[in-house]
Amino acid sequence: MKSAVILFPGINRERDMARALEAVTGHKPIIVWHTETTLPQVDLVAVPGGFSYGDYLRCGAIAARSPIMTDIRAKAAKGLKVLGVCNGFQIITEAGLLPGALLRNSGLKFVCREVKLKVENTRTFFTNKMKQGDVVRCPIAHGEGNYICDAETLKALEDNNRIVFRYAEGTNPNGAMNDIAGIANEQGNVIGMMPHPENMIEPLHGNSDCRPLFESLLAA
Amino acid sequence: MKAKIKVTLKNGVLDPQGKAIEGALGSLGFSGIEHVRQGKYFEIDLKNSDKAKAKAELDDICRKLLANTVIENYEIELA
Repeated sequence: MKSAVILFPGINRERDMARALEAVTGHKPIIVWHTETTLPQVDLVAVPGGFSYGDYLRCGAIAARSPIMTDIRAKAAKGLKVLGVCNGFQIITEAGLLPGALLRNSGLKFVCREVKLKVENTRTFFTNKMKQGDVVRCPIAHGEGNYICDAETLKALEDNNRIVFRYAEGTNPNGAMNDIAGIANEQGNVIGMMPHPENMIEPLHGNSDCRPLFESLLAA
Repeated sequence: MKAKIKVTLKNGVLDPQGKAIEGALGSLGFSGIEHVRQGKYFEIDLKNSDKAKAKAELDDICRKLLANTVIENYEIELA
């Protein structure tokens, strides 16, 4: 299981992501700078969290147009696994790898705390070690996680089991439609989520609830 | 040639920033405010002097970067 972590200016969670991937897969991920035009040979590309380009224009918008994104888009279309977390979710959504958009939190505030995350689909490369309906503790830290899409897209997401994670009842921190915390593309090889599972995988994090998500990568 | 571009949230898309401004105007005593929507404004200086070509290019620029057409509309004014 070889992986790459994409680095854009203003990203700050790349080390957390790399550490989590290495802890579980045993391989150190390759850090890829955004100006590269070709990805190394890997099984997974992780787009980590942070504030790429200071959230200028729209969060994730500038990073989504970086040179490396062209190759990510091309290889994702051929089945390469892509995981976007937080700003990474915003970036891959802006890049058109996932439908919809992420708006300012409905409560206007940046929210940095723990939420309860319900696993809705266990047949993905990131959740196959989980049980349907499992609820895990997971930290969040974002100002723009309010997921929105048109009614037709929302129906397609619901009907095709593409909502991978929801905020457990009553814990929606940002006003996201249908409590959406993470979604997959139609083929299932691209997943984006607002919470930070990479920060809940070892005792020092206070809890390892999200470790099975990373362990799922080994079986995928 | 100069282009002026307005990018605004589509109707029905929640605009928490507009809402916050609305609240602040209320606090300042402006009682006649019904709604506020916040948008973005861009000024672009163009090398191109062909208006039709410029319009087509700006349309492309809006769709590819300045606006996210999932949630936003854009208006181009050329002068």
